[in-house]
Amino acid sequence: MTDPNRERYRIRETAFYLFTQQSLPACKPVLTPGWVITIFLFMGLIFIPVGLVTLRASHSVVEIVDRYDIECVPESSRIDKISYIQDDSIPKNCSRFMKVRKYMKAPINIYYQLDNYYQNHRRYVKSRSDKQLLHGRKYHDTSSCQPVELNNGQPIVPCGLIAWSLFNDSFTFIRERAELKVNRKNIAWKSDRDHKFGKNVHPFSFQNGTLIGGGKLYPKIPLSDQEDLIVWMRTSALPSFRKLYGRIEEDLDVDDVIVVNLMNNYNTYSFGGKKKLVLSTSSWLGGKNNFLGHACIIVGCSSLVLAIVFTLLHLKYRRPYGDTSYLPWNRKSLSG
Amino acid sequence: MVGARRRKQHFSRIHAFSCGKASFRGDHSLIGGPGFSRVVYCNDPECFEASLHNYNDNYVRSTKYTLATFFPKSLFEQFRRAANFYFLICAVLAFTPLSPYSAVSNILPLVVVIGATMGKEAVEDWRRKKQDIEVNNREVKMHQGDGVFEHTKWMDLKVGDIVKVEKDEFFPADLILLSSSYEEAICYVETMNLDGETNLKLKQASDVTSSLHEDSSFQNFKAVIRCEDPNANLYSFVGSLELGDEQHPLSPQQLLLRDSKLRNTDYIFGVVIFTGRDTKVIQNSTEPPSKRSKVEKRMDKIVYFLFAVLVVLSIIGSIFFGIETREDLENGVMTRWYLRPDETTIYYDPKRAAVAAILQFLTALMLYSYLIPISLYVSIEIVKVLQSIFINQDLHMYYEEADKPARARTSNLNEELGQVDTILSDKTGTLTCNSMEFIKCSIAGTSYGHGITEVERALAWRKGSPLAQEVAVVEGQVKEENKEEKPAVKGFNFVDERIMNGNWPNEPHDDVIQKFLRLLAICHTAIPEVDEETGRISYEAESPDEAAFVVAAKELGFEFYERTQTSISLYEFNLSGKKVKRSYDLLNILEFSSSRKRMSVIVRNEEGKLLLLCKGADSVMFERLAKNGQEFAEQTKEHIEEYADAGLRTLVLAYREIDEEEYVKFNEEFTEAKNVVSADREEMIEEVAEKIERDLILLGATAVEDKLQNGVPECIDKLAQAGIKIWVLTGDKMETAINIGFACSLLRQGMKQVVINSETPENKALEKSGDKTAAAAACKASVIQQIAEGKQLLASSNENSEALALIVDGKSLTHALEDDVKDSFLELAIGCASVICCRSSPKQKALVTRLVKTKTGSTTLAIGDGANDVGMLQEADIGVGISGVEGMQAVMSSDIAIAQFRYLERLLLVHGHWCYRRISSMICYFFYKNIAFGFTIFFFEIYASFSGQAVYNDWFLSLYNVFFTSLPVIALGVFDQDVSSRLCLKFPLLYQEGIQNVLFSWLRILAWAFNGVLSATIIFFFCIRAMQHQAFRKGGEVAGLEVLGATMYTCVVWVVNCQMALSITYFTYIQHLFIWGGIILWYIFLMAYGAMDPNISTTAYKVFIEACAPAGSFWLLTLLVLVTSLLPYFAYSAIQIRFFPMYHQMIQWIRSDGQSDDPEYCHIVRQRSLRHTTVGYTARFEAKSRSSEERGEGHR
Repeated sequence: MTDPNRERYRIRETAFYLFTQQSLPACKPVLTPGWVITIFLFMGLIFIPVGLVTLRASHSVVEIVDRYDIECVPESSRIDKISYIQDDSIPKNCSRFMKVRKYMKAPINIYYQLDNYYQNHRRYVKSRSDKQLLHGRKYHDTSSCQPVELNNGQPIVPCGLIAWSLFNDSFTFIRERAELKVNRKNIAWKSDRDHKFGKNVHPFSFQNGTLIGGGKLYPKIPLSDQEDLIVWMRTSALPSFRKLYGRIEEDLDVDDVIVVNLMNNYNTYSFGGKKKLVLSTSSWLGGKNNFLGHACIIVGCSSLVLAIVFTLLHLKYRRPYGDTSYLPWNRKSLSG
Repeated sequence: MVGARRRKQHFSRIHAFSCGKASFRGDHSLIGGPGFSRVVYCNDPECFEASLHNYNDNYVRSTKYTLATFFPKSLFEQFRRAANFYFLICAVLAFTPLSPYSAVSNILPLVVVIGATMGKEAVEDWRRKKQDIEVNNREVKMHQGDGVFEHTKWMDLKVGDIVKVEKDEFFPADLILLSSSYEEAICYVETMNLDGETNLKLKQASDVTSSLHEDSSFQNFKAVIRCEDPNANLYSFVGSLELGDEQHPLSPQQLLLRDSKLRNTDYIFGVVIFTGRDTKVIQNSTEPPSKRSKVEKRMDKIVYFLFAVLVVLSIIGSIFFGIETREDLENGVMTRWYLRPDETTIYYDPKRAAVAAILQFLTALMLYSYLIPISLYVSIEIVKVLQSIFINQDLHMYYEEADKPARARTSNLNEELGQVDTILSDKTGTLTCNSMEFIKCSIAGTSYGHGITEVERALAWRKGSPLAQEVAVVEGQVKEENKEEKPAVKGFNFVDERIMNGNWPNEPHDDVIQKFLRLLAICHTAIPEVDEETGRISYEAESPDEAAFVVAAKELGFEFYERTQTSISLYEFNLSGKKVKRSYDLLNILEFSSSRKRMSVIVRNEEGKLLLLCKGADSVMFERLAKNGQEFAEQTKEHIEEYADAGLRTLVLAYREIDEEEYVKFNEEFTEAKNVVSADREEMIEEVAEKIERDLILLGATAVEDKLQNGVPECIDKLAQAGIKIWVLTGDKMETAINIGFACSLLRQGMKQVVINSETPENKALEKSGDKTAAAAACKASVIQQIAEGKQLLASSNENSEALALIVDGKSLTHALEDDVKDSFLELAIGCASVICCRSSPKQKALVTRLVKTKTGSTTLAIGDGANDVGMLQEADIGVGISGVEGMQAVMSSDIAIAQFRYLERLLLVHGHWCYRRISSMICYFFYKNIAFGFTIFFFEIYASFSGQAVYNDWFLSLYNVFFTSLPVIALGVFDQDVSSRLCLKFPLLYQEGIQNVLFSWLRILAWAFNGVLSATIIFFFCIRAMQHQAFRKGGEVAGLEVLGATMYTCVVWVVNCQMALSITYFTYIQHLFIWGGIILWYIFLMAYGAMDPNISTTAYKVFIEACAPAGSFWLLTLLVLVTSLLPYFAYSAIQIRFFPMYHQMIQWIRSDGQSDDPEYCHIVRQRSLRHTTVGYTARFEAKSRSSEERGEGHR
């Protein structure tokens, strides 16, 4: 081989040459029956165990749900629940009993759950001022907070519909006459407490207007420590949602009966929403939800079924690869 | 002055037909009137009067934009596109409270997309600009006053400047020729750039200025030229030259056009009359028609479909929103009190719910805009440019000899290359080389020359045994080896030792041979060019066959080396084998014309004898032979037939001696005829010429091969196997066209030929009788009848699957293309396996192309190389120019230029197929990914009472199209290959996927859209079901809007990218990088964005680091959603590939099974098609084997 030839040969081997000639080394997988069956089987074998593990985690979670929005309205007022809830003169306290059916290991998360409550409504979501939450009254441009922006010319801190409609039912838990300690700290995301809600921002002229929305805030405590508010201000994604209220840091035994004394302040009756109280332990996957586990098992099973069906079809209908009679242009001429 | 005039008349006597003199007749009276107002002050462009006119300068601009107009103009261009305009409106609305997202995040993608497109425009324009700068800064010698000529830039020329152009330079502007280095003030001009003609044109200056030979003679030259205004007509010019008090007419004969080239003349002087934009060539340049591919047109429809979906979704959303908003206040009591419906803005006002709903409709239009892929157009443009680069880079389409790669001039049509149904091909220069080779001759009844033509080779093949093929192949190899040994002489492929190397005096009839060769050396209009360094002579001739004759004469010992206006000089071998110089006085040239079909020269040799030398077509020559000149007529006729059978062009050579008396008489009549100024001047000249071209003595005949280009038959065979129909449209006569048809296997023995011909004796007789309308009517009737007969034949042949060939001549074509006939003509033509149109004019070529294009609706590709193909190239869906020898005209108006016809095979079967596949799957995928994304947004709205709240962070939304999902699509569009180029060529039937448009059918598009909706459904409902209520992590926190958004978005990115990975079967590291890189990029972005200040990142603040990443359910959910979304597609494609594979999938099977090298197996796959290939040598081979089988059975 002469030198120029070798040179040419060398050029032909370079990546750039291969690139420009569109002949880069490539992996060209083809879905052969072997691969298809293997992949289906593999997926089945992965997902069924994963689903079982997931389901087990879900089952390990103990959850007690109690809907209280109707029961906590006195029988006499149930015809017109709205005027009951709007009447400040009526005391709103109410007691509920919850029976522990299974041993619950601390920490036990306390949630309140609201249904048919559109925290994800655009008007609602936008009605806040992140800068005001962080910097307080120093920050003036709170037009996004409309219509809860000003009160008699005074800026409202925290402004906006979300803060204004703060959830204000409260719960105390009593087991065998002793009050269960509820830890209401660390229920909000740390990043929110540290970086989104100011440490020196105190509520100002909050819920002083003509129309009182939801809960009030302690004027002396900075926003970063008002974790109820922080939790509430993380708007939910869907109209039915739970929010963390606190944690019981004692184990609950089977057949423990817990008395919940609650203040039924929050108006969900106007829009037909439900209120529920939820006690739940958590697993490595979070709370109780069988969906993930079921879905995994279904996917795994259907993979297995597909693998079998495909294998059977493959064995039954042997057709040479080269049979072109099903090609579109041949089908056309067959029929035509 | 008188002397000069005489000389010129002498000269014009030699060129009988071309050299008309201008006189003050007709048009010249218009000068000064409207349309003829230009006044040029020669040699005094700065004078006061000249400055009044303020003519254009000579700066030529081909750019679309200037610095000032770039932004407004290109922005306007951008927003003319419906989709872009929609996004512009969205961007404007984004600043109002209607917007569901922040304005900046919405505008950024638009800016990116528009910026990218504008960047591309700018780069393209910059390239043109550079070219402009190069052209405008070329230099030419300009008169600076006092007889001094100095180099000046082209752009500084002004109207009225005197320039001196030297040999082989281009003219810088339109000039009026004043004088040249020749006494007669003539010059030769090559106008290849203008009209594609390679022959040299003769120009001659007006008498009055022809004496200005020296630079210094322009010192005091002053004249005024009045002429027509700038116009686009290349062949007309009217003007007058005012010199002193005299007026002299100017005609096109004095006009030298910009972009043509001075040849064979040392220098000329000229005065600039049209500059810059006023020059005829620039006035002629028209914007080429913009072509769009079918795929793109369908894509527009899909975009409109998505718009419709968008509007429907928005309407649904706004109706529900209106209803829910109205219910917020029931009898003045707030229901959803937390929204404060009592103190609200117009957008949410329950009392005016209808208005709120309408405004919400606008919001929804913006929110669901993610259904429309904003980056689609720009991605496609980028992809197409890159594809074009690949086409240009392909070494398999690089013509090494001429250093010409393929060049995609427009990138719009790449995918159209994969859908070509009919190829309309020019013949000369496209199928053939347009280099004529002198290959055989018959002298004095003896045939000389052993060369084998392509056609003969093909014939040998046709006749027979594989042995014959091998012989042909071997011989071909021998021939090629021979070629390598000696430097091949262009135009000469003659091998016969009997008359080569000075052996001819030993032959019998050596005197005839001598006359024959002498005639070849004298009777032509070629011009010799002597290379000063090597002393070798080359020839400039009007046509390549003419050059072939001169070359042949030279190679056989009669070297023509000098032509003056009055003489022709040769070195010739005399009978004793000595080289002597002889020169002949050239008296007259009776030029070739298509009606005369012959040319003659009259010369006086050194002995004083007058000779008429004549060559012409056999049909006209034999009837002019003298009784005593027919000595070899019989044998010659036989040879001519033989040559014609072999696909050669033949000419008959004859001569005659004239006596003085006769010549003087002839010359008088001839001169008189030429000086006649009337419409039938030509006819009179013909008549006179005819009188003297008689009683000729036959010498012999020549045969010239119009060589097929390399690889043409193979290429045509491949294309035919791919199911592409090939039509040949040629200006040549029927016999030649049929010959070539045989040579390239478009015709074969046993194919029924339907010939539609109007050159029947009856028609001719009718025409002669003068009644033109009757002749036309009769002609049309006969054409209709012939078409009807052809159709009958077609109907009967359908049953026994015999292939038909249709051959139409130009005149019949005229009638066949009339409105009432063309449908049935087309029906017949489509039924035939091959169609050849001969004698067709450029306009007919274009008309046929249009007919096929519009009536069948299929994609047409026209391929040609000459100026006469321009119409066809522009009319066809794709015009492919052959960048051959016939000038640049075809290339300039083509969409793609290749150097050789055979590259068409690779261009279509490989690049066309790939590009079609890439673009169509890219578009499908684009719609898939946007529908998948858009529908998750829509589904969320159902749960947010259609309030227009987006589930994703603003920046997630806006970066989806430009960031996380665009690169893999571009990689798909640029690099994807279903099968390798080798297999593309091995299984040409694969090309049918494009013709049948199986990869971009509505069904397929809708299936992808459905897949998108399915993916969106699975993603959305799995995510909300998995995250709705309960804690999603160990700490007990629940998922808010931001966590759900980030999770869903992660799922979308995974699903969309993996869907891509699943649907392609070609992974280079680039694909891996882009697909997996896109996913990794998303996580990186999520972390980087989340780490920014909460003011910037808003809801995405630390959402990944703090909330999602530590949660097991986040990862598990991603995996589950990914697998579930892809499962339906995977199951579908597994079953489809296994049980209903498409052709490319079959080939993939074969490849992966390693059977692609098993010839028998491949043959099975290749031939399993029910559709028979009807042309090409494979078909020919099959037809032959079929018929021999039948015969064999018959014997039994």
